[in-house]
Amino acid sequence: MKTRIITLCILIIIVIGCRKIMPKSPKEEELLDGPIEGLTAQQTAQFLKGDVAFNDDVFTPQNGLGPLFVATSCGSCHAGDGKGHPFTTLTRFGQIDSTGNQYLNSGAPQLQNHAIPGYQPEALPVGVGFSKILPPANTGLGFLDAVTDADILAMADPNDADGDGVSGVCNWVTVPSYCQHRANYISQGGRYIARFGKKGAAYDLLQQTANAYNQDMGVNSAFEPYDTYTKLEVDPEVSNVTVHDVVFYLKTLKAPKQRNQNDAEVQSGKQIFIALGCEKCHKSELKTGTSDISALSNKTFYPYTDMLLHDMGSALDDNYTEGSAKTYEWKTPPLWGLGLAKNSQGGSYFLMHDGRATSIEAAILLHGGESQQSNNNYQNLSVSDKQKLIKFLESL
Amino acid sequence: MQNKLFTLTFLILINTIVAQNDSTKIKRVPIDTIKPQLNMDAVYNRPFLQYGKTPVALGGYVEANTQYAVTDGVTEGFSFQMRRMTLFVASTISKKIKFLSEIEFEDGTKEINIEFAALDIQFHPLFNFRGGVIMNPIGAFNQNHDGPKWEFVDRPISATQLLPATFSNVGFGLYGKLYKPKFVWAYELYLTNGFNDNIIGNKQNKTFIPATKLDPNRFEESYNGEPLTSVKTSIRYKRLGEIGLSYMGGVFNKFEDDGLTLDKKRRADIFAIDFNTTIPKIKTVITTEWAWTFVDVPDTYTQQYGNKQQGGFIDIVQPIIKKKMFGFEKASFNAAVRLEYVDWNMGTFKETGGNISDDVFSIVPAISFRTSQQTVLRLNYRYQWQKDILGNPAAKTAAIQFGISSYF
Repeated sequence: MKTRIITLCILIIIVIGCRKIMPKSPKEEELLDGPIEGLTAQQTAQFLKGDVAFNDDVFTPQNGLGPLFVATSCGSCHAGDGKGHPFTTLTRFGQIDSTGNQYLNSGAPQLQNHAIPGYQPEALPVGVGFSKILPPANTGLGFLDAVTDADILAMADPNDADGDGVSGVCNWVTVPSYCQHRANYISQGGRYIARFGKKGAAYDLLQQTANAYNQDMGVNSAFEPYDTYTKLEVDPEVSNVTVHDVVFYLKTLKAPKQRNQNDAEVQSGKQIFIALGCEKCHKSELKTGTSDISALSNKTFYPYTDMLLHDMGSALDDNYTEGSAKTYEWKTPPLWGLGLAKNSQGGSYFLMHDGRATSIEAAILLHGGESQQSNNNYQNLSVSDKQKLIKFLESL
Repeated sequence: MQNKLFTLTFLILINTIVAQNDSTKIKRVPIDTIKPQLNMDAVYNRPFLQYGKTPVALGGYVEANTQYAVTDGVTEGFSFQMRRMTLFVASTISKKIKFLSEIEFEDGTKEINIEFAALDIQFHPLFNFRGGVIMNPIGAFNQNHDGPKWEFVDRPISATQLLPATFSNVGFGLYGKLYKPKFVWAYELYLTNGFNDNIIGNKQNKTFIPATKLDPNRFEESYNGEPLTSVKTSIRYKRLGEIGLSYMGGVFNKFEDDGLTLDKKRRADIFAIDFNTTIPKIKTVITTEWAWTFVDVPDTYTQQYGNKQQGGFIDIVQPIIKKKMFGFEKASFNAAVRLEYVDWNMGTFKETGGNISDDVFSIVPAISFRTSQQTVLRLNYRYQWQKDILGNPAAKTAAIQFGISSYF
């Protein structure tokens, strides 16, 4: 009888326990993945197809990986759609000015540092300038894609006409033939305003995606049909439909939401952020133009970027560039999602273009060139104000 | 291949039905309970049915379940799963020659495999020859995996996703046993077809030895012409239980083709230790297994694929009530728990020196009701933490599973 009672008790505990300890969803604002609001059912289905292709499709030697590659899947570099980790850092080399890459015959612009068994990966040519580039977060890209050229150009101040020490220029690039120009695009001598990548040299998400399949995974598509090993045009290893699904997925990933907005220290930190002059480049508010995805049309959003190139000083000059950018110029990275970066980087921060900063403060202190004054201003803050600023940045 | 297996299955079922027309001629082949049994004996020590004096015995088991799983608050809802149905055919050709085959249908007919089809010839208890489709004896679960024997709906993660569960290959080998009053000692040694490149090129995006099972040609020819060596030795002391040490290893890559060298020979080596015992007074059954794998992943490949792995499980099963219940003479009610862990990528990142994660830990409390040793109803609750390669916050999964499994 005693045994039966014990057994019954165990059963009851297990049943109740099961109900209580089913894992709950993390809070919405703590996640980087998920679609933007307002997608139609058809768009949601395409988002899910893109999600599977991006996060679940793994390439192997049997289905197109390599022979030279950096990573085996999109998700390898962008865990949880967040910032990447140094183990999938990209290395780009061979271009020092706007005349183009001088090492295209040596595997440039990107080093494929891995190879499938039986092949040798690429090595950097001796003495060439190169940049290590950490994979960026994917969130909110559709909003950035939908900002009009005119709005970006309006933020530029190439000659520092307002005398605030901050200029900001667009990266003017030649657009691949498979990319369609945006509505109301602006061109200059056959070049167009690009906006993706650390140097802001990719025109749109199709170019970014097709390049990533080709250069990061050694997977050829109809858009980028040349094999990085043989340099020959080969059959597509990923379908156009899949590439478009991935582009749609990237366009419709939600934007990160700020957390603890009502916290007094966070609010105070934001004021400090503006007072230091950070907001001159890390623009808090942008708006989209008209998009073929209605959920992205005419929206105001808060990325903390101006999408422009800025002189970041000699410490961040790697002697490598893309498009019309100078080697010391980098595109202002969006700060949204900064506080969640550790959740996709294995619990540590790897910030700046190559992950060399392992804390937010270290990243601030690396700011030179046009941002040197803000850096100086930061160093003059009291400990308390520094903490408030960091708390604000972590809330993004 | 599938059609042939269907035909064979059909014939076996017809045979069974015909036999059932005269139930007096059908008898249950008694399970050997006199000699101390080892995991390696599990393949023959099953509840077969025999018709009259025919030298052929039939058997099998079935496993089905339902589950409700939630990962980080997201669920796919309820699923009903027909995990597997397995058919055995055993034949005693002569006193010292036996044949046994085991055909498994997994997830309906999604996977149909010949798991075992081997001829055993005994020259001496210490010297038996075995040839055909052999189950490579790595760890204990691979040898002793019949669903009705376990209190858990899922097979151990280490047995299915670190080691290749029910991994069998064509080959030959020897086995033998030495019986002494206080212990029994046994050995097995086989050479078979073996691994392939799927180990480091698969959809799991990790070094995954079970992916070697995906090569459909492994029963037809060796992938690289190099035999896979499987060795196991085990000993059971009467009071202490059984401990087994096993090794399986060989070249996994296609290092040459058409006489031309493609790569150096790359090996995958697996070592395992297993142990099981029953605590006499309280009848608690403990079963555990731990394995280490070493895979020669090229330095120029990605760190996504690790060159060292480890993992294992421990099952503790406690009979609570053992008596006639609901009209079942030898019914029992049991409580159990499983702890399991697998690290698919041991080591540190070259770039940062930080730990490479890619691991899983789970705890599975369970209760089971056995109408007899042959039939089990089981209720499991699983809670699992799985980290990606970077060690980002673990994906938490919980699942409630109810399943049945029975020999027939």
